[in-house]
Amino acid sequence: MNAPAFIMFLGIVFVTLIITYYASKKTKNASEFYTAGGGLTGWQNGLAIAGDYMSAASFLGIAGAVALTGFDGFFYSIGFLVAYLVVLYLVAEPLRNLGKYTFADMIAARFNAKRIRGFAAMNTVAISIFYMIAQLVGAGALIKLLLGLDYTTSVLIVGVLMTVYVIFGGMHATSWVQIIKAVLLMGGTFLISIIVFAKFNWSITDMFAQMKTATPLKEAFLNPGVKYKIGLDTISLNMGLVLGTAGLPHILVRFFTVKDAKTARSSVVYATWIIGIFYVMTIFLGFGAAAFVGNSEIVAANPAGNMAAPLLAKAIGGNMLFAFISAVAFATILAVVAGLVLTAASAFAHDFYNEILRKGKATEKQQVSMARWAAIGVSVISIILALGAQTLNVAFLVSLAFAVAASANLPVIIYTIYWKRFNTTGAVWAMLVGLISAIGLVLMSPNVFSPEVGKAIFVGNPIFPYTTPGIVSIPLGFLAGYLGTILSSQKADVKKFEEVLVKSNTGIGINR
Amino acid sequence: MEARKTKAHSESDYSFIVQSPSFQILLSEKKKFIIPVTIFFFCFYFALPILTSYSTVLNHKVIGSITWAWVFAFLQFVMTWGLCMLYSKKAAKFDELANQVIQEGGKSR
Repeated sequence: MNAPAFIMFLGIVFVTLIITYYASKKTKNASEFYTAGGGLTGWQNGLAIAGDYMSAASFLGIAGAVALTGFDGFFYSIGFLVAYLVVLYLVAEPLRNLGKYTFADMIAARFNAKRIRGFAAMNTVAISIFYMIAQLVGAGALIKLLLGLDYTTSVLIVGVLMTVYVIFGGMHATSWVQIIKAVLLMGGTFLISIIVFAKFNWSITDMFAQMKTATPLKEAFLNPGVKYKIGLDTISLNMGLVLGTAGLPHILVRFFTVKDAKTARSSVVYATWIIGIFYVMTIFLGFGAAAFVGNSEIVAANPAGNMAAPLLAKAIGGNMLFAFISAVAFATILAVVAGLVLTAASAFAHDFYNEILRKGKATEKQQVSMARWAAIGVSVISIILALGAQTLNVAFLVSLAFAVAASANLPVIIYTIYWKRFNTTGAVWAMLVGLISAIGLVLMSPNVFSPEVGKAIFVGNPIFPYTTPGIVSIPLGFLAGYLGTILSSQKADVKKFEEVLVKSNTGIGINR
Repeated sequence: MEARKTKAHSESDYSFIVQSPSFQILLSEKKKFIIPVTIFFFCFYFALPILTSYSTVLNHKVIGSITWAWVFAFLQFVMTWGLCMLYSKKAAKFDELANQVIQEGGKSR
């Protein structure tokens, strides 16, 4: 047991529980629970988006990927950031103007059919749970390594904490945990980057020159093509990265926590600066780990490189910095899983229960109590799945979530806002084909089938050659929405589209 | 406040607003800006993986050991931040146009 790490972990638990206590006093009705009453300011929500987005996969995974594969690992950083242009230019403001609590609300603003809301809510739950399993598996491995607790105990600790934040503090607690985590993560990453930069004599050219000899890859470390050797596979990965964010439900719900489209816009701008600076620093984390920890030690701690950042902290800053960075990673995981629980619980309680089952007539009290039960249910399901998924590759689960989001959610979002002829048949086709093709292709991919024993879940030749499904499933989602619309006999509801057009562009009739 | 006043809009009000000149100006101004910029950033973004996958031009060195691939990668960050600020600036103008639509829409009732 590492004493400073243990104390800092307790510190984070303590601070987040105090936040939850104060948040619980404010969480009286459905709007407070789902969206913190829409009262966040631009910079608060910007930090919270950053805190919601920069997951353990970003912090631990990208640092490791850059350390082990050089330039190819940096693709993630670029894609995860440029994705915010899609959010800002195409999705954020219309979403804020059309929706109330959930992503499904926005689709329902145009199509008032129950099955549309049902499918949208189903996609939300599916994506959020995939993403959550990835975070929980990562959390289990991390705590096991840092505190010496076993995997099951570690997952249970994180699982209980995330449930407590959400059921008592709702969106207020979730947002503030995310804000604090974002500040801690930026601070910790900045500190490491400065120390690494100093060790490279404050010179970028020195740093690159040294990296040519620092790893077993030698000069190839600095060139693309170490990990991604098939062109279309690289492009498929990049499609999922850049288009996935705008379809991730736990990011989309963050836009309902501000009062109007203008604030939603300014929160994306804050988030883009913070996230961009963070991803630039992943170069220092990755290069630093490769140079000062060394390839063999990183791989020995975790074959995927997930321990690169904490190990780097230890190498350059001793046990205290190691403890601090580990605690930051812990806070990172807590903030992200809390956001995911809340998002999935909102889909159950608001979409399935209130809107579909009770036809929107549940009282405030019933809605909040249902949301709390849904949060417990979502947590229990995720914990059970995570306990069974210990051996699954975390990066694979995250890429699955991104690909499903880009394939199943993005086409229906874009068509709903921008396409006059779009109809309910098209919406259902887009969501179903996107979801099924993304998951189906992953099941046939090299992540699941590998001819080498132990490299994937099953031994065999993959039917689908690429590691991510985006290049096929994203166009399929768009195509299905298009074909579903033009092949059905249904006529476009022009009046409804005009309403959506006016609302999304002006904010008239905004739900507050 | 404006939102509350206009909450009772009926379907015909929306058609009326869509056809109003001020709304049409708002839409066309937005389209003129958002569509070309979106096409641009997608092209700029996908140029990187396409070039790294199908050519080695980016492997040439710029300064010291830094290759064009890293420079292009960093330019992606600069582009994102730049377009982000550009959007904020443009959106302030869209807000003015949208306010005009809201005011005119309010009068029509």
